[in-house]
Amino acid sequence: MSPTVLTADRRSAESPAERLAARIQRHGALTVLALLVLLASAFSPGFASTDNLGAILGNNAFVWLLALGLTFVVLTGGIDLSVGSMYALGGVLAAWAAERYGTWAALLLPLAVGAAWGCVHGLLVARARTAPFIVTLAGLLGARGLLQLVTDEGATTHLVPPGSAFRALGEGTWTPVLVSAALFGLGALLLTRTRFGATTTAIGGNEHAATLMGLPVARTKTLVYVLSATLACAAGALGAARLGSGVTTVGVGYELTAIASVVIGGTLLTGGSGSVGGTVAGVLLLSVVHNLIDRSASQYGSAVTDTVNGAFLAAVVLAQALLDRGRRDE
Amino acid sequence: MAQAERPGGPAGRPAPVLVATGIDKGFAGVHALRGVGLTLRPGRVHALVGENGAGKSTLIKVLTGVHRPDAGKLELGGSEREFRTPLEAQRAGIASIHQEVNLVPMMSVARNLHLGREPRRRGLLDLRRMNREAAEVLRRYGVDADVTRPLRELGLGAQQMVALARAAGVDAEVVVMDEPTSSLEPHEVDTLFAVVRDLTARGTAVVYVSHRMDELYALCQDVTVLRDGRGVHTGPLADLPRRELVGLMLGRTLVAARERPARHTPDADAPPALRARGLTVRHRVHGVGFDVHRGEVLGLGGLLGSGRSETAKAVVGALGADAGRVEVDGRELTRRSPAAAIRAGVVLLPEDRKAEGLLPGRSVRENIVLAALPRLSRAGIVSRARQDEVVERFVARLRIKAASPEQKVADLSGGNQQKVLLARWLCLAPKVLLLDEPTRGIDVGARAEVQALIDELAADGLGVLLVSSDAEELIAGSDRVLVLKDGTPVDELTGERVHADALLAALAHETRPPAGDGTNGAQR
Repeated sequence: MSPTVLTADRRSAESPAERLAARIQRHGALTVLALLVLLASAFSPGFASTDNLGAILGNNAFVWLLALGLTFVVLTGGIDLSVGSMYALGGVLAAWAAERYGTWAALLLPLAVGAAWGCVHGLLVARARTAPFIVTLAGLLGARGLLQLVTDEGATTHLVPPGSAFRALGEGTWTPVLVSAALFGLGALLLTRTRFGATTTAIGGNEHAATLMGLPVARTKTLVYVLSATLACAAGALGAARLGSGVTTVGVGYELTAIASVVIGGTLLTGGSGSVGGTVAGVLLLSVVHNLIDRSASQYGSAVTDTVNGAFLAAVVLAQALLDRGRRDE
Repeated sequence: MAQAERPGGPAGRPAPVLVATGIDKGFAGVHALRGVGLTLRPGRVHALVGENGAGKSTLIKVLTGVHRPDAGKLELGGSEREFRTPLEAQRAGIASIHQEVNLVPMMSVARNLHLGREPRRRGLLDLRRMNREAAEVLRRYGVDADVTRPLRELGLGAQQMVALARAAGVDAEVVVMDEPTSSLEPHEVDTLFAVVRDLTARGTAVVYVSHRMDELYALCQDVTVLRDGRGVHTGPLADLPRRELVGLMLGRTLVAARERPARHTPDADAPPALRARGLTVRHRVHGVGFDVHRGEVLGLGGLLGSGRSETAKAVVGALGADAGRVEVDGRELTRRSPAAAIRAGVVLLPEDRKAEGLLPGRSVRENIVLAALPRLSRAGIVSRARQDEVVERFVARLRIKAASPEQKVADLSGGNQQKVLLARWLCLAPKVLLLDEPTRGIDVGARAEVQALIDELAADGLGVLLVSSDAEELIAGSDRVLVLKDGTPVDELTGERVHADALLAALAHETRPPAGDGTNGAQR
């Protein structure tokens, strides 16, 4: 059968400007990042040195994993505020376990606790239908509380024994970058090439439709919180391997930077559209900005970092709102 | 022939593929379906018709596993089945598409088509195969587009076709289509029809829900008519003249059961209480105009989708009108918003009183005085004494049966809830009342009471616009009746012609050429 052909393709009606706008949304962070790196290499002496690039990458690589897990949560239309706390918890648990039971425990304990904790978040969101914002806010507070308990209210600092194999994971510049890059690669594969990833995006795009299509909505929503919390704890453990100890005070506010990275990377905060690649660009962009401000050693110094981050975020959210409105008017 | 019976089947009518019998379904004590049956045969399109609230969507949701029936049974291919989720129904071969395209607009066309059953290779999705298969499948549905682009870039017709392709899949025995054409362009409707005919030629049974008579007669072989949750007719569609079908849908005895009391002759010199001219809402209402005089009840009739409710909403500005003017007592309403209309004395009692009117958890008193609060307060402080006075007056006048003014509205019967809403507007002393389905979901006794109340209000000098899908209510309650079809006025009944026969004739009126003819699935 060949009925009337419906090309009905709206692209013809889409002006070049609109197409450009859509492209900017998808690759905006990457474009800005490339420009910034070029400009900085040209005008900021020493920016392009191996030492400096190593500092940008090596010191942040593990923290970027928070944004990776969060990308999946945000894609479903949810949010996970607990990742900063989970990062600190993972670090302290890893150091505590390394001190007592050795390398394997240092790796596995944070993963297990993160997965269990994330599972509670996920079940509360997906099955009990409570608001992700509140559930993970409770998680943020709860994890901080548990930290206090493990460290005798911060009085005890657990050290990863020097010479432990666990430390090797965080040493140097390139080990953390490679570990992180590998996880981002797996994350990208998970998002684009598995049914889990497809369902994640579909839920954020239209949860009702996803349900009617018979997709495993509740299971997938639960799993993204498991993924997010597990990655955050793993990142914390790797961070502890790098520092050599579990520090209770780290991670405060990291969830906000991670959310900013995800959104700057082009993932819609309402879910349904985004990519791991975008998040990579988002985290790199914020790290480079941070580095440039530190290096410029102006009279303001690093004090203005957060202000610049905030301005970036506002610009991105504004751009997304405008693009979204343009689309609706079509 | 597209409608040929399944090849190789037994002589005569093929065995039914799906039989539903005695389906009951209630929501919070209200019966949505009572003992409804439906028999679907392979290769035939079965029309399911009825007015709003007749139970069509509930029946569809029972068939597709969204709702579980309270009683009755479903037999699929001869064995009894029970569906707990849409997925179970889909796996059993019952697919559905809806008025709204239930897909994910931001994902690619190919992904939408395959979501949840993507082809995989070595554990990962096989994107190349997904795109190739999607393009192949969609070509069969007349969609020629880049399947890697987001779905939302397609036109609505093509999106609907993707939904259908997804739903029909390879092994759907039954495809349920709930008003699939309501947002399609005419040429897209033609394509859809060709696809439906192709499906039936392959032996699929189709349930087709639509309020467009022309489409039903062009496409369907069988029909089941629902009214007030009951099946009132089932049989071949060709044997049922259009007018009889309309009569069955609108129903009841269709005699002028209640004479409206002596009619008020409008003062010809005074400007009408409400005058509308050229009201236009894109796709819904096209150039509707009317006058409502003081003391007069103007009925506004039309089948589902005719734009009757939209007209009322456009008058008060609850729906943005693209063109048209509205005058109250000869003065034009320049700002169009519900608040401006209320200030000018025009109020609308909406069709869906639960969603658009009542605050069910609040008391009778709070619901009544809500809109009048600005008038009952001084310097922002609401006077409780004046509230009580107003509430007492209207509870008595409208004979609202409530234990006390502090009783929760949710606990009242439908009729009393409607009276509470009416009281809310009446205490603003309006000039014109727009009533959209004022007696829907109200039991018979209360219905008569509300109707009597409308007469009294008109006798007191209010202009009333009565929007109703109930032919009897329109005939008995109106001085004149304006009939809409596809958003356009097609007739106005006055004097002797305010009569059930004339109304049915006007409702069944054919103004559009039958859609889809000339594309009888045979163009190859």
